Amino acid sequence: MPPHDTAAGSVPAATVTRAMGDAETTAIRFEGVSRHFGPVIALDRVSFEIRDGEFFSMLGPSGSGKTTSLRLIAGFDFPTAGRITLHGKDVAGVPPFDRDVNTVFQDYALFPHMSVWENVAYGLMVRRMPRRQRREEAARMLAMVKLEGLAERRPGQLSGGQRQRVALARALVNRPSVLLLDEPLGALDLKLREQMQDELKALQRQVGITFIYVTHDQGEALAMSDRVAVFNDGRIEQIGSPRAIYDQPRTAFVAGFVGASNLFDAATAEPLIGEARAFAVRPERIRFLQHGERAGDRAVEANGTVRSVTFLGAHLRAIVALANGDEVKVAVAADQAVEPGSACRIAFDRSAINVLSDAPLGGPAPGEAAR
Amino acid sequence: MTASATAIPRLPDDSWPRRISRVLFAHPGLLLFLLIAPPLAWLGIIYLGSLFAFLAHSLFSIDGFTGQIVYEVSLDTFDRLLTAANLDVIARTVLMATAVTLTDAAIAFPIAYYAARYASPRAKAFFYLAVMLPLWSSYLVRVYAWKLVLAREGIIPWAAEQLHLTWLLEAVLGIPVIGGATLSTSYIGTWVVFCYIWLPFMILPIQASLERVPRTLVEASADLGAHGGTTFRKVILPLALPGVVAGSIFTFSLTLGDYIIPGIIGSSRPFIGQVVQSLQGTAGDIPLAAAFSVVPILVMAIYLTIAKRLGAFNAL
Amino acid sequence: MRSERIGRPSLGLKLAALGGIMFLHVPLGFIILYAFSTEERSYQFPPPDLTLDWFAVAWGREDIWAAIGLSVQVALVATAIALVLGTLFAAALFRWRHFGRDTLTLLVILPIALPGIITGISLRSAYGLAGIDFSVWTIVIGHATFCVVVVYNNVIARLRRSSPSMFEASMDLGADSFQTFRYVVLPNIASALLAGGMLAFALSFDEVIVTTFTSGQQQTLPIWMLSELIRPRQRPVTNVVACFVIAVTFIPILIAYYLTRDTHDVSGMGK
Repeated sequence: MPPHDTAAGSVPAATVTRAMGDAETTAIRFEGVSRHFGPVIALDRVSFEIRDGEFFSMLGPSGSGKTTSLRLIAGFDFPTAGRITLHGKDVAGVPPFDRDVNTVFQDYALFPHMSVWENVAYGLMVRRMPRRQRREEAARMLAMVKLEGLAERRPGQLSGGQRQRVALARALVNRPSVLLLDEPLGALDLKLREQMQDELKALQRQVGITFIYVTHDQGEALAMSDRVAVFNDGRIEQIGSPRAIYDQPRTAFVAGFVGASNLFDAATAEPLIGEARAFAVRPERIRFLQHGERAGDRAVEANGTVRSVTFLGAHLRAIVALANGDEVKVAVAADQAVEPGSACRIAFDRSAINVLSDAPLGGPAPGEAAR
Repeated sequence: MTASATAIPRLPDDSWPRRISRVLFAHPGLLLFLLIAPPLAWLGIIYLGSLFAFLAHSLFSIDGFTGQIVYEVSLDTFDRLLTAANLDVIARTVLMATAVTLTDAAIAFPIAYYAARYASPRAKAFFYLAVMLPLWSSYLVRVYAWKLVLAREGIIPWAAEQLHLTWLLEAVLGIPVIGGATLSTSYIGTWVVFCYIWLPFMILPIQASLERVPRTLVEASADLGAHGGTTFRKVILPLALPGVVAGSIFTFSLTLGDYIIPGIIGSSRPFIGQVVQSLQGTAGDIPLAAAFSVVPILVMAIYLTIAKRLGAFNAL
Repeated sequence: MRSERIGRPSLGLKLAALGGIMFLHVPLGFIILYAFSTEERSYQFPPPDLTLDWFAVAWGREDIWAAIGLSVQVALVATAIALVLGTLFAAALFRWRHFGRDTLTLLVILPIALPGIITGISLRSAYGLAGIDFSVWTIVIGHATFCVVVVYNNVIARLRRSSPSMFEASMDLGADSFQTFRYVVLPNIASALLAGGMLAFALSFDEVIVTTFTSGQQQTLPIWMLSELIRPRQRPVTNVVACFVIAVTFIPILIAYYLTRDTHDVSGMGK
């Protein structure tokens, strides 16, 4: 199913295309879900849908509510308000061991007193599958995550990356319809992390089930997901495909959290673009105009002075101070000649403008009483 | 989905364990209650109950004639507690506890210091076992050992003779108040045995808190120009103090209540523990026994409050 | 490899440390020595002659065997009770995030923190009030009460060291509370239970103060030893028994140490 670009998060039920037969293609639906811990509001009236078979990421800084949402789906926590449904069935009061959902934990949570294959086969053991069959299934899972030959080892004897795969195999062996992953790659080094990202993506395609992935690393979310939900402060600010999130951020937070952005508030916007609306522009969409060059009708131009230039290998990052005092980040190719202290003229196309809204998805409009 | 022939068996949905688990999961308070009820009932009813019942007797009094307990609340018993003779007993016990605590701190510190800072892992294991084994082996055996050592015909007089130090031994025994006819019938003897018995209680917390002093702090101190002695006084000692106070809680409290050691080794002048024991035994004066018992509890309550301020609870 | 030790210890420090350790152990050495002494009426040093006879004499004395039997019986039952109560308490406090946690910890420590004589007298008067006669159970109740904290310390240290998500993972994979307990919780705390049990056994076996008040006419081994200390019969026999006690408590401590060796909270530190 091709990923949609949606600017709004909750898709009304009527527009969900139903497959032939019975299956509801919405794996998980949150309706007005809140979770309060005393005075602390971890989730504030959040509503969204996750579709069957998609790789869905929940992205945000710590404390934004993404992990809370994950735990609500897994069943370790219950919402203070609102409804959560799993394949159309309300899961209120259903404990984790009754849900068709499995989790890969951040610290892997392997059982130290069991061997690798016993860990992987644990879900089958509690379902009283005979030992021989369990072993075969476990072996098959280990092969899928490329860990054949390690079946008899103990978790303590494995490297971080290997433990992570065991946790993955263990969660998949039950053939859940939904797999939850709680920042699983955080403890790995960069190269290993990138390799695992590719493998996880391929694995999800191969297995075909819904993956729900929690991370604070926006690069990771963009690389792997079909759709991303950006969380901030207990609310979802935007849901959409990686490209939609990146090219058309809805709010200042999304613009700043996903990739880098130059943010302009309503007051400074007026002289620049003729409208008093807050907007953002990516540094790589801004260019330096040569002396005398004009940018064209659909472009916005401004004068400024180059404050600093940083060499970043693949490109240069220049900080330009505009006449009105604002500082703008500009990313240009490394072979451009840009001198700190020199006067310059920058330009960007109108299509690069992302107009920002204040309100997060599903939350109160600006001015409405919050919480 | 990967093609596979084996089907995953369905979860047994409604067996009794599972139904109970659902209830427990939905009501975590219930689970907590079930977990804590038995131990709480035991400790609360059996232990606290009997403790309060006993201590409450200090508010009753004894009829002088019949020797029966008069169940009327009064402070008479506390009046009887605060006589000169009884205050003597209390003072004696508290002084001994103080002396023991100070001595043990002095002996324990080098041991703990060495074990914490300079011992290799193997040596640490050795030290640890060397301290733990006496601690957990029989209290009575260890007291008994000292009875042998301090006996009149025992090792110390023999060693003194061999080293021509008999005059020293007799001088020590001649010290007024704390000396005596033999070591085993003097306060000195009692003090030595107390120090010996509680020493491991002092070593362990000190070692633990010394080990918690980050090496980087000591290095920083040296880096900033301080000599070893200064570093010790200004950096290590203050950080080790909670451990010393924690250990002192044990030595002080255990000495306050002990009645066996003074009974076996020492002068015949009684300590609190012995008084309490004789009062509730043959004398049958439970109210006064309870009143006496209140003293070490009160002293320890005050001591613990001070110790908590000094951070000793984190070193336990 | 760079040494972790800062500077070198002075000779004085080494001597003081070693001297302290010797101070702890030499008296025990004398006990063992006197078990072989032929002199039975005093503690003469040096002992006039050495013999193994006293071991045979001790073997033959009925009262010693009876005392050992009672001590073992009491220790086993008290340990069993302490294991159950201590584990329940540790499990509850491990999950307890609310008020009163400190108070509860204080409560479990109290039996060992307050002087034994107070605990002993309290129990004795309670027995008297309730009209309970002295029996094995009166002793066991006292012992179990202060052994709970030993088991509690070990189990909760072990729980705190285990990954908290492990129990969640088990439930996530389909195991209910009972299965989680059986397959995940129990194997993980097994070593702590064993270590705590060993220590509780040693503690109970050695206890004398509370026992004197709760045993009536019965004699556990420490009570036997106490009566020998006050009114000695055959002194070397007492020494022989003391050697036996040292050996018997030595072994559980050693085992408990090896069980918890790789951890930071090594067993027994919170006596």
